[in-house]
Amino acid sequence: MIKLRDICRNFQVGDETVHALDQVTLDIAAGDYISVMGPSGSGKSTLLNMLGLLDMPNSGSYLFENKELTKLSEEKRARFRREKIGFIFQSFHLVPRLTAAGNLELPLMLTGMLPAKRRVLVQEALASVGLEDRAHHLPKQLSGGQQQRVAIARAMIMKPPLLLADEPTGNLDTHSGDEIIKTLEVLNQTGITLIVVTHDLELGQRAGRTIQMVDGKVVHDES
Amino acid sequence: MRSADYMRLAATSLKFNKMRSFLTALGITVGIAAVVLLTSLGGGVQQYMLGQFTQFGAHIIAVNPGKTSTIGLSGAIISNVRPLTLDDAASLEQLNGVLTAVPIVQGNLPVETGNRSRWTMVLGVNHQAPQTWQFKIAQGQFLPDEPAEQARNLSVIGHKIKTELFPDTNPLGKRIRIGQERYRVIGVMEEKGQILGIDLDDAVYIPAHRGMALFNRESLMEVDILYRAGWNEDKLVKAIKKHLIRRHGAEDFTINTQSDMLGTLGSILNILTAVVAGLGSISLVVGGVGIFTIMSIAVNERIREIGLLRALGASRTQVTLMFLLEATFLSGLGGIAGMLTGLGVAWLLHAFIPALPVNVEWNYVLLAEVIAIFTGIIAGLLPARRAAALPPVDALRSE
Repeated sequence: MIKLRDICRNFQVGDETVHALDQVTLDIAAGDYISVMGPSGSGKSTLLNMLGLLDMPNSGSYLFENKELTKLSEEKRARFRREKIGFIFQSFHLVPRLTAAGNLELPLMLTGMLPAKRRVLVQEALASVGLEDRAHHLPKQLSGGQQQRVAIARAMIMKPPLLLADEPTGNLDTHSGDEIIKTLEVLNQTGITLIVVTHDLELGQRAGRTIQMVDGKVVHDES
Repeated sequence: MRSADYMRLAATSLKFNKMRSFLTALGITVGIAAVVLLTSLGGGVQQYMLGQFTQFGAHIIAVNPGKTSTIGLSGAIISNVRPLTLDDAASLEQLNGVLTAVPIVQGNLPVETGNRSRWTMVLGVNHQAPQTWQFKIAQGQFLPDEPAEQARNLSVIGHKIKTELFPDTNPLGKRIRIGQERYRVIGVMEEKGQILGIDLDDAVYIPAHRGMALFNRESLMEVDILYRAGWNEDKLVKAIKKHLIRRHGAEDFTINTQSDMLGTLGSILNILTAVVAGLGSISLVVGGVGIFTIMSIAVNERIREIGLLRALGASRTQVTLMFLLEATFLSGLGGIAGMLTGLGVAWLLHAFIPALPVNVEWNYVLLAEVIAIFTGIIAGLLPARRAAALPPVDALRSE
C-alpha cells in the first residue's frame, strides 16, 4: 500500500541542519497495525506528518497505492488527505464552537456533500463510537475520552484506508485510553491501516508491527 | 464546498464571539449610519432648494438686457446697450411655443395708506404674471389686460401688505400711495411664503409701464417667457435670440433658461451631498481598520483550527473563503444595521423637526452598503490569505 524510499526531511535551526528523517525506507501493507516509537526528537511525528502529507520530504519517494505523492500540487495533496487519510491527535483538535455533530460534518462539508446525506453519515459515525446521544454537545461539554471518540469518528467519516494517530491516549486517563485503543483496534480489524505514534511501551507492543526510531532513522522494525 | 456551508460556518464563528462581532460590526454600523444620515440631510437640502426654485414653474426662460460677460454682470448696469422694451416683451409673445411674456421692472419703495406705511418690493408686470409664476389670487383680480401705455394706476398687493396695511379692512377698492402716485387696490395675492429669504408676500404688483415711470427706467429689467410644456427649449432659445437680434441689431441681451439654472444649482448641491458622503466615509474606513484588526486576531487565535482544516483536506482556497466570508458577514451585517439606524434617525429627525428637510438618497445608501461589504472583503483578504498560506504541520503545532 505504502512505499517510502530514502525519505529525508531536514530543518535548518540557526547554522545547524537537523535531519528529522534520514534516508527512511519503509513498506506498509494494507491493514497493517503499526506503532512508531522512540525518544523525543527521534522523528516519529515527522514521519507521521510525512505519511499524512502534512509535510513534504526534501528528497526521496512516497508511493501510495503505486501513486507518487511527492510531486502532487498543494491542492491535490489536500484532496488526497480528505479522501485517503484520517488523523487523530493527542489534543483531539475539535473545533470548540461546533457541536460533536458539527465537527463530524466538517470533512463532509469540504467535499460539497448535501446536508441530508451528511446528517445520515454523521448519525452513523456517532453511533459507531457510542456517542449518538451527544450529537448536540459542544466539545467543552464532553469528557476527554468522549472528545477523542468524536475525533476518531471524524477521522473515519470519509472511510479512509489509512488512519494516523499521534499519541491518541496521551491526554487521557488509563480507562479512557484503553477504550480509545480498543476502538482503534476494532477499526484496524475492518481492514483499515493503522499507524500509531506513542511513547507508551505497553500500547506500542499491542501493534502487530513496531518501528523504533532514533535520530531520524528507523533502527528497529519488528513484526 | 457549498455556499450555504461557508455561510453557516461564518455565522457560527461570529455567534461564538458575540460581543467581539458586535463591536467590530459597530464600526461599520456607525460609518454607514453617518453616510445615510448625512446624505439624507444633504438630499433634503437639495430637494428643498430645487423646490424653491421650481415653484415658479419649470418652463420659464428669462431674457435680461445686456450680454453677460464671464463674470456675469448685466449690461443693464453698464447701460451701453439698447434697452429691453415693453414692445420687445409683446413681440416675444408672438413666437411659436410662447404662452406668456411678462415684462418686469422692480424696486423698493414706501407704500402708504392712511397713516400706515411700509417699504416693500414693487414689481411692474403685466396681466400674465400669475399664469407665468403660478401665483394665485386670494381676493379680487390681478392686473387687467390693457395696452401698456394706457395702463391705469391699479395695484395688486401681496398677503403681507394686506395684513400690514389693511389689518381690519377689506383692501379691495382702497387707495395706496407708491412713491408720489396713488393706486387703487384691485386684488390680493394668495399667501406664497419665502424663497431663499425673499418674502414673496411682501410685494405690490403694478403695471410694468407705470413701474418704469415710477423707477425712471427706460429698460425693463427682465422678460420672463412661459413656453408650452413639451416644447423644445433649445429651439425656442434660438428663436428668441434670432428675434431679438433682428430687433436690436446685435446680441445685447442674455437668455437664461430654468434648466441652465437648475443644472448649475443641481451640480452645486450634488457636490455638497458628495462632500457630506465623503465625510461619512471616513467612519467607514475606521470600521474597515477594525475588521482588519479583528480578523488578524481571529487568524492568530485559530491557527490550530486552520491546521486541522488543512489536515481534514481543506484547500487553501476553501480556508481563504471561510475567513473572507466571516469578514464580509461582519461588514455586511454592520452595513445593514447602519442603514437601518441612519434611516431611523433621519425619520425621527423629520418627525420631530418637520421643518428640517430630509430626503433619503437611495443611491448613496446602496453605494454605502456596497462599500461596507467591499471594505469587509479588503480588510479580510490579507488575514484570510495569511491563514490559508500557513503550512498545516506548523499550524497544528501552534500553541
